[in-house]
Amino acid sequence: MKDRIFKIISKYNGDSSRLMDILHDIQDTEGYIAGDIMGLLADLLSLSAAQVEETVSFYHFYSDKPRAKVNIYLNDSVTANMFGRAEVLKAFEDACGISEGEVSEDGQLGLFSTSCIGMNDQEPAALINDKVFTRLTPYRVSQIIADLKSGKSLDEITVESCGDGKNALPEVNATVYNNIRRKGALLNNDYPFYSVVRDMLPNISSEEIIDIVSESNIRGRGGAGFPTGLKWKFGSKARGERRFIICNADEGEPGTFKDRVLLTEYPEMVFEGMAVAGYAVGADLGLLYLRYEYKYLLNYLNGILDNMRKNNYLGTNVAGIEDFNFDIRIQLGAGAYICGEESALIESLEGKRGEPRDKPPFPVEKGYLNLPTIVNNVETLATVVKIVKNGADWFNKLGNKDSVGTKVLSISGDCRFPGIYEVEWGMTISEVLAMCGATEVQAIQVGGPSGALIGKKDFGRELSYSDLPTGGSMIVFNNSRNLLREVVLNFTNFFIEESCGSCSTCRNMPYVLREKLLKILNGRGVKQDVEDILQWAKVLNVSRCGLGQTAANPIVSSIRNFRHLYDALVQKEVDYDSGFDLESSVLESCKVVGRQPIFHHH
Amino acid sequence: MEKKIIATTSLAGCFGCHMSILDIDERILDLIELVEFNKSPVDDIKTFTKPVDIGIVEGGCCNSENVEVLRSFRKNCKILISLGECAIMGGLPALRNGIPIEECLREAYLEGPTVGLNTTKILPNDDELPMLLDKVYPCHEVVKVDYYLPGCPPRADLIWDALVALITGNELALPYEVVKFD
Repeated sequence: MKDRIFKIISKYNGDSSRLMDILHDIQDTEGYIAGDIMGLLADLLSLSAAQVEETVSFYHFYSDKPRAKVNIYLNDSVTANMFGRAEVLKAFEDACGISEGEVSEDGQLGLFSTSCIGMNDQEPAALINDKVFTRLTPYRVSQIIADLKSGKSLDEITVESCGDGKNALPEVNATVYNNIRRKGALLNNDYPFYSVVRDMLPNISSEEIIDIVSESNIRGRGGAGFPTGLKWKFGSKARGERRFIICNADEGEPGTFKDRVLLTEYPEMVFEGMAVAGYAVGADLGLLYLRYEYKYLLNYLNGILDNMRKNNYLGTNVAGIEDFNFDIRIQLGAGAYICGEESALIESLEGKRGEPRDKPPFPVEKGYLNLPTIVNNVETLATVVKIVKNGADWFNKLGNKDSVGTKVLSISGDCRFPGIYEVEWGMTISEVLAMCGATEVQAIQVGGPSGALIGKKDFGRELSYSDLPTGGSMIVFNNSRNLLREVVLNFTNFFIEESCGSCSTCRNMPYVLREKLLKILNGRGVKQDVEDILQWAKVLNVSRCGLGQTAANPIVSSIRNFRHLYDALVQKEVDYDSGFDLESSVLESCKVVGRQPIFHHH
Repeated sequence: MEKKIIATTSLAGCFGCHMSILDIDERILDLIELVEFNKSPVDDIKTFTKPVDIGIVEGGCCNSENVEVLRSFRKNCKILISLGECAIMGGLPALRNGIPIEECLREAYLEGPTVGLNTTKILPNDDELPMLLDKVYPCHEVVKVDYYLPGCPPRADLIWDALVALITGNELALPYEVVKFD
C-alpha cells in the first residue's frame, strides 16, 4: 500500500496544494482513505494530520470508511422527489437488500443519498460509481441491479440507453440528455471553434480585448452579475508574479444544469474563453473546477484539451503569439455545494476544506495561491468568445437596457419541456412558463433555492439583474404541489446539509428555522412563529458568504409570497404553543429500559 | 402594598441558582417584607396552595416529572421566570443531547467505571421513576416563559434587582456591565 501512496504523491511532485487529486487517486486505488493513510499523507506532504483529515471529512465523495464495490448515490433534489424518488429508492432498497445509507454485507452494493447532481430535467437520477443514470423508474432500477449482479459492467449498462448529442460519444457514454430546447446568440452553432484564438488574438492587444469585454457590458452568468470587463481590468492590474484564470464549473445550485450542457456540447468555446481571458489579463494557467457529479465528462474534456495543445491553442506561444503561454488543468471537486462560491472554490483548489475566505481581498488581488485570479462562470467564458468575435455592439443589441445579452436557463419541474433555453434578458416569467409548456402553475423558483419562490402576482416580472436575477435555475411547481412540505423544506434541508459550518449564523439558524417550519407543518405553529422566522432570519445577513446569507431565502420568500399557506396552517385559537409533546419525547427512553409509558393527566 | 406571592423550583438544575437567591444575604429580610413564599424549597411547601404572582424556575427539563412540575408552575403562576443557564438553554445536563439515550444509559448504569455495584445489570425501569425525555429541553421549549435571568448562577444582585423591579413595577436597570458576557 505504501508504495502505491508514494507513487501517487510523486505523480503530483509532493505538492500539498494538489491534495484533492491525491485523495481522488487514493480513493480510486484503495477504495477509501483510511486513518493511517491520512497520517502517512500528512508526513509526506508536510501537513498536519488534522489538515488532511479536515479535507477528507469535508467532501461528500471522500470516505474514511470502506465503501461498497458499487456505490449508488440517489439524488435527493426537489424535482427528484416530485417525479418518483420515493418509489425509486424503494426499488433500490428492495433490489439491493439494504436501506438508504447502508452497505450490503458482502460489500458489493452501497446506497446513499446526495444533493442535486445537475440532472433536474431528467429526474430521478443517481450516480452509480460516478456514472449518471437518469429518468429512473422502479423497473429500470431492478434491471440495473440485476445486470450488475449478473456481472455486467456499468459501461455496458449505460451504452444501452445513451443520451443525445455528445453524451453518446464513447468517451462520454452517459445516459444524460442535453434537452436543448431553444438556441440563441450563444448556442446557435454559427461559431467556428478556436477562430478567435487562431485568427484574432495574434492581431489584437490584451487591452483591446478587455475594452471589448467592458464595452459589451456583459455581467457574470453565475448569478452574482459582476461586470466581467471590470473584473478582468482589476485582474490585469493586480500585482503578482503569476496570474490565473479559473472557470467555475461547480454548478451546484439545485435546478441548474446549463453548465453541464455547455461543457458537453460547447467545451471548445469554454476553454477558448479561458485562453482569451488568460491573454487579456496575462495569466499562464487556467483551472477548470469541475464538480464531482460531472466526472463522467472528465476524460472527454481532457481529450479536448489535448487536441487544443496539439493545435497550439494551448501551450507555449499559443497561436504563434510570442510569450503567450497558457495551459489549462481540470480540477475535479469532491461534492460540496459551497465550492461554487469563488473563494471556497479557490481553497478547494489548494487542497483544503472549501470554506469561503473573508473578503476583501477579492480573488482578483489575492486568489489561487494568493496570486491575482479571475474566476468566471462557464457560460460567461463561452459568451466572451462570441463577444470578441462579433464585437461589443452586437452584444449590446441583445437583451434589455439593464441586462444585455442572453441567458441560458435551466428549466425543470412541472412543465412539458424541461431543459435548456437560451433567451434574451428581459423575458417575463409568464413568457418563460408559456415557452416551457407549464400550466396550472402555482409557483416558480427563480435562481434556485438561494433565489426567490414567486407566485402568480409576480409572473409579469422580468428576468434581469435589477428585477429577477438568476444564475439560470428555474423550477416550476403546479397546483398539485405542497409548496411548504415538498419544496421549502427540501431546500432548507439542502442548506443545512451544505453549510461549511464556519459561521455560527449559517451553522445554526437554518436549523432553528427548519424546526419552526416543521412545527408549523405539524399543526403546532402559531402566528408568532411566522413573525419569529422573519425576524430571526435577519441574523444570517452577517454570514461570510452567499450560502449563509441566502440560507433562509426558501422560507422567507415563501412567507412573503405565499403567506396564505402559513396562515392556513397556524393555530387560530392559541397564541402560544411550544410544540413540545411529552408522549412522544419519552418513547425512546421507555423502550430502552423496557417499560410502558404512563401519563398522569391533571 | 399587598405582598406578592412567589414560588420557586429546581428542575434539572444543581440548586446553584437557589443558592444564589440565598446570596442576597440580609436583604432576604427586606424581601420577606415584600413577598410571601408559596411552593418552594425555601419554605418546603410541596404543592401550590394559592395563585402565585411570580414563579421562578431553575433548571431545564430532562424527565417527565420536570415537565409536570413546570406545567404546574405555568398553570399557577402569573409570571414565569427562567433562572440561570440550565433553565434558559439546558445547561450542563443538555450535554447529553445528541448522544443516543441508549448510549447514555449504558454508560451510566452498565459500563461506566463506577457501576460495579449494579451486578444485576438493570437499567432503572420502575414505574415510580420519572421517564427520561429524548433530550434535555430549556423551559421555554415546553411552556411559555416571560422573563429570563441569565448566569451560572445569575448573580444575587441581578435576582434581587429583577424581583424588586417586578414587584414595584419599576423598570429594571440594565447597565452594560450587567448584560456583557465576555
